[in-house]
Amino acid sequence: MRNLCFLLLLCGLLLTACGGRASAQADAAAQKTIENTGSDTIVNLALAWAEAYQKVRPDIRVSVSGGGSGTGIAALINKTADIANASRKIKAEEQQNAEKNGVLPHEIEIARDAIGVIVNAKNPVQQLTLQQVSDIYSGKIKSWKEVGGEDRPIVLLSRESNSGTHVYFLEQVVRLGNSKDKTLFSQDTLLLPSSEGIIAEVRQNPNAIGYDGLGYITSDVTTLAIAPKDGGEYVKPSVETVNNGKYPIARPLFMYTPGEPTGDVKTYLDWILGPDGQKIVGDLGFVPLQ
Amino acid sequence: MNTSITERKRVSFTEFAAERLITGSGAVAILFVFLIFAFLLREGLPAFTEVPLDNLFSSRWYPTENYFGILPLIFGSLVVTIGAAIIAMPIGLLTAIFIAEIAPRWLREILKPMIEIVAGIPSVVLGFFGMVVLSSVVRDTLNLPTGLTAFTGSIILAYMALPTIVSVAEDALDAVPRSYRDAALALGATRWQTIWMVTVKAGKSGILTAMMLGVGRAIGETMAVLMVTGNAARIALEPGALFMPVRTMTATIAAEMGEVAQGSTHFHVLFAIGIVLFVITFIVNLVASFAIFRQSKRSARLLS
Repeated sequence: MRNLCFLLLLCGLLLTACGGRASAQADAAAQKTIENTGSDTIVNLALAWAEAYQKVRPDIRVSVSGGGSGTGIAALINKTADIANASRKIKAEEQQNAEKNGVLPHEIEIARDAIGVIVNAKNPVQQLTLQQVSDIYSGKIKSWKEVGGEDRPIVLLSRESNSGTHVYFLEQVVRLGNSKDKTLFSQDTLLLPSSEGIIAEVRQNPNAIGYDGLGYITSDVTTLAIAPKDGGEYVKPSVETVNNGKYPIARPLFMYTPGEPTGDVKTYLDWILGPDGQKIVGDLGFVPLQ
Repeated sequence: MNTSITERKRVSFTEFAAERLITGSGAVAILFVFLIFAFLLREGLPAFTEVPLDNLFSSRWYPTENYFGILPLIFGSLVVTIGAAIIAMPIGLLTAIFIAEIAPRWLREILKPMIEIVAGIPSVVLGFFGMVVLSSVVRDTLNLPTGLTAFTGSIILAYMALPTIVSVAEDALDAVPRSYRDAALALGATRWQTIWMVTVKAGKSGILTAMMLGVGRAIGETMAVLMVTGNAARIALEPGALFMPVRTMTATIAAEMGEVAQGSTHFHVLFAIGIVLFVITFIVNLVASFAIFRQSKRSARLLS
């Protein structure tokens, strides 16, 4: 008897489970989903867009995930994403792989990101030239005294070497944009797994120097003014200085679609590039397109 | 008569089924270990042919620019693990002695479960604590350039290894027969002499197992180490190495596996690091069980 009761209960549970799933499927059919994946730098921005867009077009669901620029472009090539986010341009080999797979990646610049160089709030150093930042990260300058600060060792902080931000910083700052330069980050550089880790260490440690996307930098650390050339003007990163090209460490952020965007994806991207979408860019600390 | 036969049949069938189930589970567990090892070899061995050995055994790790020197990573793991062992072993042994031999019954009933609860704290939580609180304490008190060092990692790992060490060592001490202690005390030994020269000696193999299990946990731990050791891949051959940032093997695999292109050289090298880690853990276990084996034979000889 007890067994029978149990069996009935089990059947009942199974039935409700099936019913639940069936209705969920019906909902999904009525709602169109746009798969959006890629760069961790962009993921917060993409999430904010997806959330706001839900109010504009309730019938379209944008599902956002991170994992890195490489992961996003790989998903585009494998046709599992409708939009790939990337904090760097697509590489030549990725372009070839995509074409081999019958996908023609279409590039759209969706916002700009300035990378701020940050130090502890107690550090008297307020400005550096790009050359000095490069020498600090390659290990040629080892003490804050050499750049006008106190007699303290410099502790170098960086993101992990597979992060798009790390690669950008290596190419444009450490190597000063010279592609033949084979300089690397100093071996003493601490590679931290997250933006949070870098901010936390800079906040506590008066010896530290770090870099991070403007959107992640909190107000309790000092963001340095950077001069592009020795003797040049020192510029702090802001919407204005990024858009007029005066702040030297800024990069475009991209979305890639398989071929020219059409239909719902196109309307979504148009909304992102429009005033409502670009307002969110500014709200999150990124630099809106003009 | 009839019923008893069916009854016996049913019993023997359950018996049969249970036996097979247990044998099957055991076999599956062993099979999985072999499959994991086979997979590790399949993905990791190509690294040794793809990367020239003088690159693989160099001291520069910068995989995105094709520098695949794994020596600093091995060095990092060793420094952090040895540091953790130096901190955790004496504290663990003394705590176990206190709980098993000195603490009154009621205190013991509270202490033991509490120490076992510590084992349940997720390593990310400990890592976050280490990153935000412990690292500045270490930097300020020892006056170091940064608090994200091997030493900070060792403290966190020691804390994670302690519950294992205390719990297993306490069980070992508890298993030493009462008569040993009584005999020692009757011969005029003090309490301390009894503990140190009789009880601990008799429970030696169990204590050794406790230490090895603790160290095993420390060398394989990933998340907390990734967050607090600073991850700078360099070999510092100087006495202060413990107080400098290091990059461990586990942290490297965890940080880089997520974004590496499958089938690339970098991917194979990460698996090769896995093989190295596997071999080191295997040697530690082998040494431990060899020591325990010898120990038990000696005590068996003594008692016969």
